[in-house]
Amino acid sequence: MFSQKTTSPVEEGKPEVDENQPLLQVRDLSVVFRTREGSAQAVNKVDLDLARGQTLAILGESGSGKSVTAQAIMGILDMPPAEITSGTIKFRGKDLLTMPEKERRLYRGQRISMVFQDALSALNPVYTVGEQIGELFTVHRGMSRKDAKKKSIELMDKVRIPGAAARVTDYPHQFSGGMRQRIMIAMAIALDPDIIIADEPTTALDVTVQAQVMELLAEMRRETGSGLILITHDLGVVAETADMISVMYAGRTVEHGPATKVFANPAHPYTLGLLESMPRLTGAGDRLYAIPGLPPSLLNLPSGCPFAARCPRAEDICRQDPPPPAVEIDGTRFSACHFAEEVVAHGVR
Amino acid sequence: MASAETPAAPAPDTAAADPIMNVKGLVKHFPLRSGVVIKRQVGAVQAVDGVDLQVRPGETIGVVGESGCGKSTLAKLLIGLETPTAGSISLTGREMVGASGGKLKAMRRDVQMIFQDPYTSLNPRMTVGDIIAEPLEIHPDAVPKAQRTERVRELMSLVGLSPEHIDRYAHQFSGGQRQRIGIARGLALNPKLLICDEPVSALDVSVQAQVINLLQDLQNRLGISLIFIAHDLSVVRHISHRVAVMYLGRIVELGDKEQVYNNPQHPYTKALLSAVPNPDPAMRGKGNQIVLEGDPPSPANPPSGCRFRTRCWKAQAKCAEVDPGLELTSSGARAACHFPGDTPSQPEVAA
Repeated sequence: MFSQKTTSPVEEGKPEVDENQPLLQVRDLSVVFRTREGSAQAVNKVDLDLARGQTLAILGESGSGKSVTAQAIMGILDMPPAEITSGTIKFRGKDLLTMPEKERRLYRGQRISMVFQDALSALNPVYTVGEQIGELFTVHRGMSRKDAKKKSIELMDKVRIPGAAARVTDYPHQFSGGMRQRIMIAMAIALDPDIIIADEPTTALDVTVQAQVMELLAEMRRETGSGLILITHDLGVVAETADMISVMYAGRTVEHGPATKVFANPAHPYTLGLLESMPRLTGAGDRLYAIPGLPPSLLNLPSGCPFAARCPRAEDICRQDPPPPAVEIDGTRFSACHFAEEVVAHGVR
Repeated sequence: MASAETPAAPAPDTAAADPIMNVKGLVKHFPLRSGVVIKRQVGAVQAVDGVDLQVRPGETIGVVGESGCGKSTLAKLLIGLETPTAGSISLTGREMVGASGGKLKAMRRDVQMIFQDPYTSLNPRMTVGDIIAEPLEIHPDAVPKAQRTERVRELMSLVGLSPEHIDRYAHQFSGGQRQRIGIARGLALNPKLLICDEPVSALDVSVQAQVINLLQDLQNRLGISLIFIAHDLSVVRHISHRVAVMYLGRIVELGDKEQVYNNPQHPYTKALLSAVPNPDPAMRGKGNQIVLEGDPPSPANPPSGCRFRTRCWKAQAKCAEVDPGLELTSSGARAACHFPGDTPSQPEVAA
């Protein structure tokens, strides 16, 4: 996506897939970063599922492993220092992790595409946006530059950039933040992917522009029927768009379930703490609940539940036993807490 | 909207008290020059263009607006980091604009600042103790030299840091703890007014709540006033007593928190509030979101008349001709709009 002149043409056409297999199935994914200070367990036995047309939000704070999970799915992890130590990422039944890089490249962009957080640094400053969108068509579809430019204008129109035909020859710095993010979305949908991964797509934007960009993403998802993985720490954005939520903490999925359930009645003390620590636009201005302490260091994870040290419900079992596996509650969702049933019923305090 | 409000810090009943800071007609234009050898001024970026604001003792004023609306420039003007093009800033009766030397230095003691980025606003080569003590070095008469270390330790425990960590460096702390160091430095000289420029936007949600609670506790204990600049409307609502909404260098709405949030009068305030995602999936699609078209116009070339008219759904011919002043509205807040609140812009059509 970045270096235009060095990209060699990829074989044309999309890889064939078996439409009857689940769209995306991540099982037991673990990623370790080997650093000078030691091994950091960034992602720890994560499971994820995504269906066609669905929006899955991965919610977590910095260092929770949400972006690393996304990069592993997209296949853009820097290895080394990263190392995938276990797991499978199956796209329509085919494991992306074991296939040769040559085959994997056919999936990247055509089957799975990505919208990055910081559009200004994700776009190449010395090429026009038209050249960068058009590159997808010359590389993957073998189009001529002239046809590719036509397609670029079409796409820019589609993401509602005013005056697309005139602006196709502009450089990224000539666009505002919201418009740059639209260009990123145009590139992500260019090859009709089955999955769009959006990594903090609106974090750098103002709320009014954020609303425009989220609306556009939702519209593109509806139109193409693709699945959307939304990586974010913004509970508001998640509540407005997600069908399913995975909450990550210190590399683990601590809660997973339908958005409405998770928000209305969290089954993990961390999710509950996050929801309570967020100031709101309505309701009483009481003192905020602040989760005490800090997330654990990934270099030196506790042997017990990683949230135990900050958890108001923690008992000896949480600190001593290995972290609990995610258990199913009320038939719809999973929580990795020894007291999940109790948290659902009474909260933690 | 909820009616029973119980703010964490009761709004100080000091509406009648003398303001700590009185800002009048504050203007900051950054000149735009062109030409290689002979520079000619070809225009000006009107970053702040006519702001009036009074800060009362012990209150928190939230300042919200999109990037480029001038809220950070306003902060720099109030603390004296930028020289205003016009206007006056009076600090407990003393005029800050035009003051220099010892006079200005003495005034700066009363206004301190907390910055957005806790990573770049702390010197990596200084220990925490030195960072917090630096204001005391600059103003040596504030605390006698012999008592400075004691004062630093006191400040550290005040903001919830362990005084034993006085010899550590900033990189040994997490983001939230670093922001506490910045707050301790800001409080070192016992200021009357603390200007917080996006103090929690670089922090994670769970840590953000800790810092917000700390700022509220400190205000209750020390009685200082806060100007809290942020783009996160929920955070501003939580911490502020009064709220100023800025658009293209102007305050377009100013009022008590409840007035501005529960009954916004300016169309821009309405749009801004409606754009905030509702953190309740059950309410999805039930709010009437106003999605503003396009981006704010350039502050180098603002529209004639009302600056918001180019994105406003209520705009009439009058809006392009007459610049609306900040007038009292039916909600009790002041708004700069010809058709505030539910006033239809075309009465004959609406009737």
